Amino acid sequence: MHDVAHDYGKGQYFWVWGALLLLTGVEVWLGYRQIFEPVHMLQVLLVLSIIKSALIIGYFMHLKFETALMRWVLVFSVTACFIIMFFFFFPDADRIIRLGVK
Amino acid sequence: MADAVLEHSAAPAHGHAGEFEQPLFGAYSKKVGMWLFLASDSLTFGALLFAFSYNRIYTAWPTPFGKESIINATIMTACLLSSSLTMVLAVFASQRHDRAWTRNWLLATMAFGTAFIVLHGMEWTHLIHEGLALPGFPQSIEHGSGEYAKVSASVPQFAATFFGLTGMHMLHVTIGVIYLGAVALRKWFLPILAAIYIAAFFAIPADSVFHYGVHVLLVGLIVAGIILFLKPKDYDAYDVEVSGLYWHFVDLVWMFIFPLVYLMSTRV
Repeated sequence: MHDVAHDYGKGQYFWVWGALLLLTGVEVWLGYRQIFEPVHMLQVLLVLSIIKSALIIGYFMHLKFETALMRWVLVFSVTACFIIMFFFFFPDADRIIRLGVK
Repeated sequence: MADAVLEHSAAPAHGHAGEFEQPLFGAYSKKVGMWLFLASDSLTFGALLFAFSYNRIYTAWPTPFGKESIINATIMTACLLSSSLTMVLAVFASQRHDRAWTRNWLLATMAFGTAFIVLHGMEWTHLIHEGLALPGFPQSIEHGSGEYAKVSASVPQFAATFFGLTGMHMLHVTIGVIYLGAVALRKWFLPILAAIYIAAFFAIPADSVFHYGVHVLLVGLIVAGIILFLKPKDYDAYDVEVSGLYWHFVDLVWMFIFPLVYLMSTRV
């Protein structure tokens, strides 16, 4: 079980919860205002989602309080897989469209 | 073994019989196992989200979600975020060995999760009723004449990615609720789950996709029954923490689905 020394009380978890709700509100506002064109909107929403996921992983899932080895192995391996997926899926899908395959 | 870390501290000096190796990540094996499962599961959702994003950018994408859908999805998001908070409180209670409050917070988490499933089910039902459907879905009388029938016909990728992504997530939430129910109530949860399954099966109309989807509860009942009877145990703080990891992951995935699927298809 994780070390309880880091548990400075439940207060920080309520703050994280509030921050997540606030960020969700910002996302909904951006979605309704449609300030950006779709590609930029996708990028902005993805950045906000990554911030929210970092809060959930770090605090709610307690990864922030695990050993450095565990933190780095998990974050690096999953991020590396997503980067590989990004560089394989998108160019290949784009190539299929340009080749005119129906 | 769940208590590997604790047992190690009491282990004899190096080289003696019965000594345990240092855990690789400084954490007990169940937690490492759950983290590895979640890492692999994140790739499943990652592939689905990449497919959705690709279609969203490169296709003339419909924007069918009006104010009602966005409000509904925002409430669903709030439910999941609140469930994560109650899950954290359940973990704290379990570390204090406070059984009553552990169970109460777990039940609160399940209630939020169930609210999410019900709201999502209502959203699906509305969309299907309005004509958004996949070829395998049961056909209602009104099917094909609703507001979204044109969307299904002109951009079939929309229905495929929407139902694929949100359906996969709803399945994970349902499994999560069953998992938490087994941890909170142990064998007492089985008759409750059986009653919910039977009630849902007879209450949901035969032309609804959930009339077939509800069989997930039956599969969950069988699996939970096998586990609870083969290895009956009093779930401790380690188990609650590991179940919490799964639940927070379900919440985490929705943090990507909500903006990408709903907010990127908003009809202003």
